[in-house]
Amino acid sequence: MKILVAVKRVIDYAVPVRVKADKSGVEALLPKMSMNPFCEIALEEAVRLKEKKFVSEILAITLGPAGVQDVLRHALGLGADRALHVVSEQELQPLAVARLLAAVAKRESVGLALLGKQAIDDDSNQTGQMLAALLDWPQATFASKVEIDTSVPSKMRAVVTREVDGGLQTLSMELPAVITADLRLNTPRFVSLPNAIKAKKRQIEQLSPDSLGVEIVPQLRTVEVNAPPLRNAGTRVSNVAELVERLHNEARVL
Amino acid sequence: MFTNRIVFNTFKAVRSNVLFCAGESSPIFKRCGHCQATRGPSYSQLQTSDVEWFKRCLGESNVVTDVERLKSFNRDWMKKYQGHSQLLLRPKTTQHVSEVLAYCNERSLPIVPQGGNTGLVGGGVPVFDEIILSTQGMTRILSFEESSGALVAEAGCVLQALDDHVTGHGYIMPLDLGAKGSCCIGGNVSTNAGGLRLLRYGSLHGSVLGLEVVMADGTILDLLKTLRKDNTGYDLKQLFIGAEGTLGVITAVAIQCAPRPASVQSVFLACPSFEAVTKVLGTAKTMLAEILSAAEFLDQHCMRVVEEQLEGVSNPLTDSGTCTAASAAVAAAPGSEGTNKGPACTDSNTTTGCSTSSFASTFDPDNAASSSSSASLQLPPRFYMVIETHGSHEAHDVEKLDAFLEAVMSEGHVLDGCVATSKAQSDSMWHIREVIAEACGRAGSVYKYDVSLPVQVMYQLVEAVQQRLASQLPHRQDILTLGYGHVGDGNLHLNVSVPSGYSQEVQEVLEPFIYEWIQGHSGSISAEHGIGLMKAGALTYSKSLKAIQVMSSIKSMLDPKGIINPYKVVYKQQA
Repeated sequence: MKILVAVKRVIDYAVPVRVKADKSGVEALLPKMSMNPFCEIALEEAVRLKEKKFVSEILAITLGPAGVQDVLRHALGLGADRALHVVSEQELQPLAVARLLAAVAKRESVGLALLGKQAIDDDSNQTGQMLAALLDWPQATFASKVEIDTSVPSKMRAVVTREVDGGLQTLSMELPAVITADLRLNTPRFVSLPNAIKAKKRQIEQLSPDSLGVEIVPQLRTVEVNAPPLRNAGTRVSNVAELVERLHNEARVL
Repeated sequence: MFTNRIVFNTFKAVRSNVLFCAGESSPIFKRCGHCQATRGPSYSQLQTSDVEWFKRCLGESNVVTDVERLKSFNRDWMKKYQGHSQLLLRPKTTQHVSEVLAYCNERSLPIVPQGGNTGLVGGGVPVFDEIILSTQGMTRILSFEESSGALVAEAGCVLQALDDHVTGHGYIMPLDLGAKGSCCIGGNVSTNAGGLRLLRYGSLHGSVLGLEVVMADGTILDLLKTLRKDNTGYDLKQLFIGAEGTLGVITAVAIQCAPRPASVQSVFLACPSFEAVTKVLGTAKTMLAEILSAAEFLDQHCMRVVEEQLEGVSNPLTDSGTCTAASAAVAAAPGSEGTNKGPACTDSNTTTGCSTSSFASTFDPDNAASSSSSASLQLPPRFYMVIETHGSHEAHDVEKLDAFLEAVMSEGHVLDGCVATSKAQSDSMWHIREVIAEACGRAGSVYKYDVSLPVQVMYQLVEAVQQRLASQLPHRQDILTLGYGHVGDGNLHLNVSVPSGYSQEVQEVLEPFIYEWIQGHSGSISAEHGIGLMKAGALTYSKSLKAIQVMSSIKSMLDPKGIINPYKVVYKQQA
C-alpha cells in the first residue's frame, strides 16, 4: 500500500515570535524553519507502519516555493521513499492544499493519507478534513493510535483512536482513508547521519499545480493579527481572608 | 552558654544581647572537616544588636534569621558543604551592600557573598557562621545598548533571564551553562565561569566590559564602563573576575553580548574511542573553523547514568539502528542497512579503540565484554560528542557541516550520529550533556574534579582513577567513575559517584592522587569551577609558591581584616 504524507515547513516551534508592527502577521525572532511537529509525527507513524510491513512506499509531499525543499530532505532522511514538491509561489490556503493533495492521491493511487492535525503557523486544522471530503474517503482526525487491520486481505481497515474533548474515541474504517496525527501518536526519531547524507543525494520530483489540474484561488483574507492580552503580574496577599475576598470580587471564581 | 540558655528561656521578653552567641558545642567551634581550618579568632560573633542594625538598614523582610529558611542557603548544590550561618541578608541596592560591608568590616563580622548557590567547589556557602550576603534581591537589568550589544545588569540577575532579555534584541549572552536557570551573573563573573560556548565566545575575562564592586570597607568601586577598549591604567576589573568573591563583592556587571546567530546547527555523534574524539575535534577545528561554537564529549557511563536516573531522557542514537555499518553505508549503494544497535567496536586491551578496518556489521558487543578483566566491571569506553555551529548563513553552515560529517564518518572516527532538525531536537541533545551532573548527583554523592589537561591524555585520567579505585577499594563495585566535558577547551569533568555517600575512605583514595596526576601532566586542578573551599589547600599543584604569595598580598591589601569570604581560594589560617 502506498502512503501519502504531507509535510509543511514552518517557523521552528521553539522560536519566539511577535506580531508584526502592521498587524498583518507574525515574525520570527530567529530565522529558523523546521518541519511542522505534527507532520513529523505523521511521518514517523508512516515509517513505523512501513517497518511493520503494512506500507510498501511512503510518498512525502510538500507544497510551496523553492525554499521549502529542505523539509523533504528531512522526510527522506526519516524514511520516506519518494519526495514530491508541488512548486507554487502563491499563498497556499488549506482548501488549495487539500485540492492539490487530492489530485496527487488519486494520481498515485494512494491507500492512506497521513497528515499532521494542523500547522503551527496558521493552526487551521482544516486540510485533512477537506482532503477526506474531496476524495470522499473516511477520516480520523486527532489520532493518538493507529492500527491496521488486515484480517480481510482485500479490505484493509484502519482502527484509529482519536483524542476528543470527552476522552478517547475509537473508529474503524475501510481504506483508503485520511488520518491526521495528534501529539501523543508517537515520538519522532532523530535522522541518523548516514540517512541524512544519503537523503541529500536523492532526487526530489517537482510538480506544478497546473499539471495537477488545480487552480489556486485564495478564499480567505487575513484582516488583522493581534497578540494575546498581557497577563497581569501576580500580587501577594497578606492572609487567607484577603485571598478569598479577592477571588470572590476580582477574579470572580468563588 | 548553659547560663545564657536558661536566661533566654526564662526571660523571653527580655532581649538578650548575646542571643545569637553560639555555645561551646556549636559546630562553628569545631575544625572544618573539609579544609581543617578553624574559625578565625579575630572574627566577632553575631549579636542581636547587629541583627537589629541590619534590619534598620535593609528592611525587616530582607533579613533572614529563621533556621529552617537558612538551611538551603547554608548548603551547596551538591550537598557536600554545610555551613552554620545564622543570618542571611538580601540587599536591594549597591548602597545597601556598601553599608553592610562597612558595618561588617568595622565589627569584624565575616561574610560570604552568594548568588544562585550553584557553585561546585563550596565557594558560595559559609564554612562556619559567616553572614550570607545574597545578591538575589538585586535583579534589575540596568541598560542594553542595541548598537553595541553591551548589557549592564545587577549581580543577582539570573543568566537565563538575561539571555531571554537580549534575545528580543537579536543578541545572546556570551556564556551558557547547565545551571543557567539558577545561576546569577555576579557569581558567573566572580568564578570566571566557562561553560558550553567558551570555545567560540571566549572567557569572561574578555567579554566583561565593566564591573561595579563593593570593597571590604564598603567603598564602592565604579568600573562600570561599556567601552570595548579602555586602556587607562591597571585593568582592575580583571582582579575581581575569577576572584570568587574574596577580593570584593560584585554588585553590577557590564558584559558584551554577541549577535544572535541566524544559523545554529547541532549534531550528536558516537565515537569508538577517545582518540577518535580527539580526531573529530581536530577535523572540526579545521573544517568547521569559524562557525564551530561548541565541542563537548561524554563517555558511555554518562549516557547510562543519565538514562537510568532521569525520566524522559534517552540516547538519540539507539533507535536508528544503522550504527556499525555506518561508515560502509556512506560509500555503499542505497538500501544497505546496518542491523546492529549502538556503536560497538571495542578492544578490551587498548584504550584507543579499534581501527577503521574492523567495522563489521556482525560484531557482537556481548562477547567483547566477557574478555574484559577489569575488577570494576567497566567496559572499555565508548564516547559521544555534541558539536554545535553558530553562523550567519544557514546554507553556508550546512554545506560546511555536511563536508565535515562525511569526512569524519569516512575516516571511521564517527560510528553514527544525528543532526538536529529542529530546536526541540537540538535542546534534547544538549539536555543529555547538561544533566549529567544532576544524574550523577541522584546516583550518589559526587566527587567532582574539573581539570584542564592536554587533549591527548585527557581521558587517561579517568582510566587511572578507575584503576586506582578498583585496586584500592575492590569491594566498592558500586562506585561509578565517569568523564565528560568541554573537550574543545581541554577541560575534563571527572565525576566519581558514590551511592553510599561522601566518605573519608573514598576521598583519601582520590586525593591527592588526582591532583598529583594532574600536576604530573602539567594540567590545572581547576579549569573553570574555581578553588572555593574544596581546593583551597591544593593551589600548589597548579601555581608556584611565589605566585600564591603575591595572591595573598593582594588579598591582604584589599581585605585587611579578611572578612570577605574567608577560608576560600587563597587562605592562610590565622594564628
